[in-house]
Formats: sequence, C-alpha cells, structure tokens
Amino acid sequence: MNASLSWIKQYVKDLDITAEEYKDSVTLTGTMVEGYEDLGADLENIVVGRIEKIERHPDADKLIVCQLNIGKPETLQIVTGAPNLKEGDVVPVVLDGGKVACNHDRERVKGGVKIKKGKLRGVESFGMMCSIEELGASRDMYPEAPEDGVYVFQREVPLGSDAAEALGLRDVIFEHEITSNRVDCYGVVGIAREAAATFNKEFVYPPVECKGNDEKASDYIKVTTEDTKLCRRYCARVVKNLKIEPSPVWMQRRLASQGIRPINNIVDITNYIMAEFGQPMHAFDLATVAGSQIIVKRAKDGDKFTTLDGQERNLDSDVLMICDGEKPIGIAGIMGGENSMITEDAKTLLFEAACFDGTNIRLSSKRIGLRTDASAKFEKGLDPNLTLEALNSACQLIEYLGAGEVVGGVVDVYNDKAEESRVKLDPDKINGLLGTDISKEDMIAYMKRVDLTFDEKTGEIVAPSWRQDIHESADLAEEVARFYGYDKIPTTLPKGEATMGGISFKMKVEKTARDVAEYCGFSQGMTYSFESPKVFDKLLIPADSKLREVVPIQNPLGEDYSIMRTLPLHGILTSLSNNYNRRNKDVKLYELANVYIPKALPVMELPDERMQFTLGMYGEGDFFTMKGVIEEFLEKVGLVDKIGYNPETEKPFLHPGRKADIIYKGKVIGYLGEVHPLVCKNYEIGEKAYIGVVDMPAIMDYVNYTRRYEGIPKFPAVTRDISMMIPKSVMVGAIEEVIEKKGGAHMESYALFDIYEGSQIKEGFKSVAYTITFRGKDKTLEEAEITKPMEKIVAALEGLGAELRK
Amino acid sequence: MKDKLQKIKDDAVAAIKASEGLGALNDVRVNFLGKKGVLTSVLKGMKDVAPEDRPAVGQMVNEAREAIENLIEDTKKKMEAAELEKQLEDEVIDVTLPAKKSICGHRHPNIITLEEVENIFIGMGYEVVEGPEVEYDYYNFEALNIPANHPAKDEQDTFYINDKIVLRTQTSSVQARIMEQGKLPIRILSPGRAFRSDEVDATHSPSFHQIEGLVIDKGITFADLKGTLEEFAKKLYGEDTKVKFRPHHFPFTEPSAEVDVTCFKCKGKGCRFCKNSGWVEILGCGMVHPNVLRMSGIDPEVYQGFAFGVGLERITLFKYEIDDMRLLYENDTRFLRQF
Repeated sequence: MNASLSWIKQYVKDLDITAEEYKDSVTLTGTMVEGYEDLGADLENIVVGRIEKIERHPDADKLIVCQLNIGKPETLQIVTGAPNLKEGDVVPVVLDGGKVACNHDRERVKGGVKIKKGKLRGVESFGMMCSIEELGASRDMYPEAPEDGVYVFQREVPLGSDAAEALGLRDVIFEHEITSNRVDCYGVVGIAREAAATFNKEFVYPPVECKGNDEKASDYIKVTTEDTKLCRRYCARVVKNLKIEPSPVWMQRRLASQGIRPINNIVDITNYIMAEFGQPMHAFDLATVAGSQIIVKRAKDGDKFTTLDGQERNLDSDVLMICDGEKPIGIAGIMGGENSMITEDAKTLLFEAACFDGTNIRLSSKRIGLRTDASAKFEKGLDPNLTLEALNSACQLIEYLGAGEVVGGVVDVYNDKAEESRVKLDPDKINGLLGTDISKEDMIAYMKRVDLTFDEKTGEIVAPSWRQDIHESADLAEEVARFYGYDKIPTTLPKGEATMGGISFKMKVEKTARDVAEYCGFSQGMTYSFESPKVFDKLLIPADSKLREVVPIQNPLGEDYSIMRTLPLHGILTSLSNNYNRRNKDVKLYELANVYIPKALPVMELPDERMQFTLGMYGEGDFFTMKGVIEEFLEKVGLVDKIGYNPETEKPFLHPGRKADIIYKGKVIGYLGEVHPLVCKNYEIGEKAYIGVVDMPAIMDYVNYTRRYEGIPKFPAVTRDISMMIPKSVMVGAIEEVIEKKGGAHMESYALFDIYEGSQIKEGFKSVAYTITFRGKDKTLEEAEITKPMEKIVAALEGLGAELRK
Repeated sequence: MKDKLQKIKDDAVAAIKASEGLGALNDVRVNFLGKKGVLTSVLKGMKDVAPEDRPAVGQMVNEAREAIENLIEDTKKKMEAAELEKQLEDEVIDVTLPAKKSICGHRHPNIITLEEVENIFIGMGYEVVEGPEVEYDYYNFEALNIPANHPAKDEQDTFYINDKIVLRTQTSSVQARIMEQGKLPIRILSPGRAFRSDEVDATHSPSFHQIEGLVIDKGITFADLKGTLEEFAKKLYGEDTKVKFRPHHFPFTEPSAEVDVTCFKCKGKGCRFCKNSGWVEILGCGMVHPNVLRMSGIDPEVYQGFAFGVGLERITLFKYEIDDMRLLYENDTRFLRQF
C-alpha cells in the first residue's frame, strides 16, 4: 500500500518528520515501510520560467535560442533543440549547477545529473529546459506532457518558483506492507491514523458532507439484494448533468503516488476514494440500467458475461452479480460490465459503494481468473460502515470539482450490520502477558490514539467497526505493546518448571548414520520429496509395481513435482548425475529423507513416512565398499549379529548379478547394488554407480546403544586353515553359514583369505580358503576341542558339494 | 701365559676394529668369547697351570675378557648409532609434498546450522520433536487459528493432496499435535521439511526447512520471548548481535513480531547484503493465540506461551553467505566440500 507524505500530512496535524524518521517509527508500531521513493531527491535548482522570445540559432537549423523570464530582472538565455516550444510557454528550467534525474537517453542516473552552462554551436546557454522524464517522472503519470520535448505547464505557476514543487515532485512515496488483519490500512486514511498515533499527533478526519439537490435518489433507482449474506450492504447515489473532463492536477498527482493513471474526473474520483478509504466504488451509466433498478443476486451455472475489459467470463451460481431489471451489468466486487460502463456521453451516473462477503469474492475471483484492485480489497473483508462514508465523500468531490449535480438522498440497503466490538480492559492480564508494568491510564491513552476508546461505565475498550481484529484481551495487549514500544519490553528468560532437553532416539540413530556416512567419505545431500511419475520409467520399474502407487499432489508445480516419492533413488541419482556432468571425480553422497507410502488409494489418511538412509557413489570403490559402509553403520547402532544378503530381490534398477537385499534376523532392512547400466544411461552417469538404502524404521527394533566390556582374551588362540573346491553356484555366504553353525562354542572368528576361479580349477568350481580361529575364554583349548568342530564343519561343507584340499 | 693373553687381546682389538657391521662384530665375539672361543679355551687350559699361579692367571684372563667385552660393547653402540643415523638420513622426506586426500565426507550446511540451533535450545531445556510432513489440514491450519477459507490457505501457497490432507506449510503443525497430548509444561523445538508452492529461484524453493519453537507454561510472557530469542541470536551469530522486534501479524500468535538481527556481514553499518538497512529479518514469533490454546484443550486463563518460526535455509544462507538457495539442493560436491 502506497501513501505519499504530503497526503498523510493532510490528516495528521503538525507532522514534521523526515522520510527516514517516518520509515523507522511507523515500522516499529506495526505498519512496516518496505521502502520509499523521494521523488525530488535528485532535482536541484530547477525553477519555473516563461519563454519570452524565440530566435533561430545562427549556425544550426534544429536549434533555437530562447530568452526566459525566471522571475528576475534579467532574462536567461537557453539554447535547445526541443521541437514543441513557442513564445509564452511556461516550462521547468534547470539552472547552471543544478541537477536533473535522467541523462539524455532518458535513463535514470543515481544521484542525478549535473547541468552546467556551455556553448551550443557557439551560442551560450545557461541551463536546460526539462522534459518530464528528465524530472524523474513519466507521461503515464503526467499525460499532458509531450511525447518528445520540454514539459509545458498547463496552468498558472509563479515564475522563479521551484518547478519540482509545482509538479508535486517534492514528495516522498512510502510503500507499506499491510498485514491481513488491518484492512483499515488499505486506505491512506488508515495509514495516516497509524502515523498520527505513532508520532502522538492529532488525527484529523476529513469532514464528509454532501446533501445534494432536493430530488431523491430513490426516485431514480431501486435496489434489491436477493442474497443478503453475500451482500452485507449496498449504497447508491445518483449524479446528473455530468461534465466529464480531466481531473484537477492535485488529484492526478495523488493518483500518481498510488501508481494509478489519471483518466477523467469520474473514474479518477472512484480511484481516489478507493485509495483514500480502501473502499472500492463503481460507476454505472444510469441510462443503461434497465428498469431503473439494481438487483444483487447470484449468477446461474453456465452464465457468460462480458466485463468492461471486453473479456467474456464464465460464471457459476456462487458468483454474485449486479443486475438491472433485465440483465447482469457487473460482477459484484470484481469488475463492471461492458454494457453499463461510463462513456464520454454519459449524462447521469449511478455510484455504487457496497460491502460484499470477502471469502466469496476471493473464491469467485479465483474461479473466474480475474483479480482486480477492487476484488483484492473486498476479499480482505471490508467494514460495511465504510461504504456510506466513501460514497458521500465521492459525491462531495463531484460537487467540489463541478463534475455534475448530486441528487439528494442515498439508497442504502444494510443487511448485516457491523457493530463496534467491546473487550474488557484487564491491565493485570495485559501486563502478565507482556511481562511489563504499564499503568491502566497509559494503556487507555495508547489505545485512544487509534480510536479505541475506554468506556468508564463498563470498564471496556470499545473498538470501532473498522477494527475487525479486536476480539479479546490479547488483541488489546498488542495495541498497548506497539505504542508502548516492543523495544521497551524487558528481556527475561522463562521461569517455572525445569524441562529436560534433548533429541529423540530416532534422531540419535539418524545422527549416527550421518556420522558414519561422513567418516566413510560420503557427503550429505538434500533432494526434493516430490518428483515426476516419469521417474519410475527411468528406474525401469514395471507398470504394475506397487511402487507406482503414490500420493499425488492436487496442485503441483508442474508434472516434475507432482507425486510424493516412494523410492529415495531419483534424488541421489540426479545428484550423482549433476556431479558427473560437472566432471567431479569419485563422488560419494548420502541423504536421510522420507519416502511416502500410501496406506490405501485414493489417499484418505496420512501416508506411511519412512526415513531412508540412502547412499550413492561412483568412481573409487565398488559393491563391497558400499557393503562396508552399511555394515559399519549397522554395527555402530548395535546390529551386531551376522548381516545376510539375498541376491534374489526384485530390484529392476540394479544390475541383475550385483544386487542384494540386506537381511537382519530374517527381516529385509534395505538393499544395495550396482546401478543397472540402463539406469545409469537414463541418468547420464558414465561410470559404474552403486547405491545402498537402509530402511530406518526396519532397524529401529534392533538398535541398541548399550555396550558392555567383555574382557580381553587371556588365553592363546589356535587357528586352522581350511581350503576347498566348491561349485561356483555356492555363495560364500552359504559356507560362512556352515562355519557359524558348526563352529561350536570356542570358535572366535573366521576370515576368508583366498578365493580363486580360473583355469587351474576344475570346470564349474572355485577355490575358497578360510582361516578359523578358536579360543577358550577361561583355558587353553585341548586338541579335541578344535578337531571336533573342524570335522563337523568339513562334513557340512562336503554336504554343500565342497571338495576339501588336504 | 701373559704374553699369550696379551696377544689374544691385541688380536681381538684388531678384529673388532676391522669388523664391518654388527654381524662381523658378533662373529668376533663368538671367536674370542664364545664357548669355543680363543679366550674360553685359555680358561680350559687352566688345569695345566700351577695351582699357585692360578689366581693370578685367572685374574689376567678375566681382565682380558672384560677389556674385549667392553670394547665390543662400545663398538656395538657406536655402530648402532651410526646405523640409525644413516637410516634417519635415508628417510628424509619432502614435507611440502601434497597431503593424502582427506577421506571424510561433509555434512550439509543446512544440517550443520540445524544442529547448532538444536544445541542452543536443548541447552535451554527444549525437546526436539518431529511430526508428519504430509499432514492433516486440521493440524496445519485449523488448530493454528487459520479457519477454512482463510487467504493463507490459498492454493498459491499450499500443496494439497486432497481437501483434508496437505503438505505441511510450516512445522508449526507439530505444535498442535504436542499440545493436544496434554502434557504441560511444553518446551519444544520442531525442525523439519515444509512445502509451499513457490517456483524455484535464488531465494525460493518449494521444499524448505522450518524450525518451530514452542513454550507453554504458567506465567510465560512476551518479555520471556524477547529474552529467549535474544539469547538464541547471540549464540548463533555472536555476542555483539543486536535484536529488533517489530510488530507483525500471524493468525496463531497475538501479539506477534518479526525479528531482525544486526547484519553479521557489515555489523549493522549497512551493506549490499542487508540492502543498506544494517538489519536482516530472521524469524517470526509471538504469544500463542488464546484460540490456539483453547483448540488444543489448554486453558488460556491458566497457561500462556510463546512460539517462533525460523526459516532454516534463510539463516544458513546468511551464516555462510551463500547467494543462491538452489545450491543447497544440487548437491555438487564442490559446494558440499566447503562445509
């Protein structure tokens, strides 16, 4: 919301402050100033001058030599190439040493452009006559300015006076951020009220009075509101004998401060009122209103309507329409119709100031796809008591500008009256909430600044209807706090019962995962939770896979972000791919993030969010590197039993011969493998890549951080080597299972020390060798205690088809 | 005999001097002093010496032995010292050669910052809690005093799964879940992913992280909120950090504030980073709205509290002076390696 300092000052008595003071102070009372533009900051020494005489330049066809009266006894000579000047024109002139805002190419220069006297083709020139752009403004806001050439004043201005001032450029425009609870500040009046309260000055509300002539508006127009819920109030007045012409300069300047282009006096008045009060208005040509009546009612499904911008709009039964006796003439609160708009020939107009249901306007505007300045105001929920004030003010302006004859009386249909709200003032409670010690008198005084008055009889604070945000004591506390000063509220720390801080067990496990991954050389990545359904094809997931049952987003940012992921791989593979394409070598990444598994389709309850510890890498390392990281992690969180690996797993995105489910106590807790070459190709990763995933919820039952010291062995260990030829199809995992099972109580450990396949070995076989270590906890082992389990192991291995080498 | 012994001694000295290396020296020891050594054989010949001469001869033999032993020992020490010196000399390295590449990975800057924030609040007795990312509309909006049809629920901000389920737009949703459990007092911090439908650019991401804090107890005041957040800002950004509270509006708090801290880059002087204001906004906060307490079954006449919400990416970007939020989600190792 914009408001210029000059406009604010109109409503605030004796306000004498700099732009910077204004910005800092009102920001600290809750009306945040996001920035401001000091229009005349770069304009120096620019005066009003009248061209007394024009002569041709002796040596240049396109230049003229002007003598200007700048309110001094002697004239000023200026040479110019401007094509639009004649004797008698009154223009802005920058004198020698002065500054303008733009250079010759009409580009804004920070700090301004200094103008010096000089000679043009041998003739002296003591300054420069300025175009509107050189003054830092534009033809949008000053439509009377010529497209090319010097700005010429259209009215009397004192010669020699500050031209920037005369153009209204000695002003500052503030841009305010208005919070959604303060609808009243969407008008300059509301902002001025806050400014007055901030600087503790008197707020002067503009007196509004407009009786009009002796006729009655109700003789001209009848208003019926069929839907009283969506139309809280509808006020109408009539203006006849219209005289449509440009609005006065002061009004144009104020509209310019709002970024609104002046059109004509009628349109400008409605825009001016909206800027001033935050109340949108609409003007209909009464001649086009059939049956001299207004009916406010809902449209029918399938109705179409052409708005005044010439666009046809599709309506439905939730859209509120302004209709005459025969047809719709406007979409309530959004935009008027082409069929009733004010044209230059209009003789009589109907002014509308109404209050519509904010939510309905917001939803309608969204469905229709048309958001206007008016709808943006209505959707916040306006104060119904503002309508009449605004309407009368508009009519007052009509009279003041001589734009027409206002008909007496108002047609006012007020369906849903807005009342002032009352809240008990409890100073102890307010101090108790703020942690302050502010007296009751001070509280009352702070609130009075913004027209929240204290009712002595009831002990209540009375909030006018424009303050729709005052409901209870906490709301009063905020009013007190912001004028007392947030900065003056003391700083303390909460007292009361001590609480134990900390992280949850789940977070602790995740922290271990991060630590282990990083020790092992993996850096942490972060990727989005939503992705494209095309990801499944990229990962070679079959069409009937359960993984394709996803939680879809109703309103995604495009297809690429339209489903919640059920697999954590796309993110990590995309990240690997980014790195590969940027020629980063030996990349190792991990991510800890959720996948989202729907419990049923369509989604009726929250999905199962499963934290996935996902590792991905290319470059240095292989399948067994990945396996090592995962085992390191599992061991760190207390999964100390033997981890199993099952290659019989449906993982189409993995190399069919290099993949495995990770098994703990018979349960699948994750998977790992080499990424399928086709998937690598899909992700444009030109090297072998590996991934590993631990499904964190699956391990939580086994996680255990308790450790107990077991003593360092005192007795000597005995080792036995065992070497065998075994069919290729038997995995070492099977051999190890045998060793574990048959090794007996004294077996301490075993380790693979040689595996070989090749020409020296019998076809279909491989050679495998293990060292098995035995140790007694409390004694040196007898020979028999070793040979017995060894015999059992050998026998069992022979059962697997092994031929033992002696 | 004396001469014989002298000769043995001289021979031994000559042999020791001539020996090259510890091996040769040991040979000398064996030759002269070993079981079958020259000197030992002299001792063996003692039986041929007249009994009255034996003590004198014995002493002479021992003297000779001791002299040889000492010399061998000295020589051995010298040799060992020389050998060590030679080894150390051979092992001289060029210490300016490149280090072997560090093998550790790097934590994501977001998480480094998050852990720092968590630790600050854990120290103040806060429990870190989590809640679902795909959340019921009720917990994300209604329970936070954002009723149906509130503009904040507009589609432009919220990702919907259906009418009842959304991607949470704030981790404040965890607040209501904790409050309705009814265990008081409450001091929690709830970090996590949140989602809003913002197009990706240098300062926006549709997926981001929020850290929500909530304290509910008897007698909690706005002054406590100020004190807590001032403490937080100083611990995160340094003791000389100044904090400014500006009135603001949030549906779930009243009174509400936005908090600025002195720009840590220019220390409040004004720079490009803080748009010359000297201040940087880091969070929103306020006293928990009585409606929010009521909805979770807490009596606002007895309990009050405060809440605050910090954008994790925002404070991470500021902390490390990262100028583009997209870097946080690209996972380029040249980026991650810097943290």
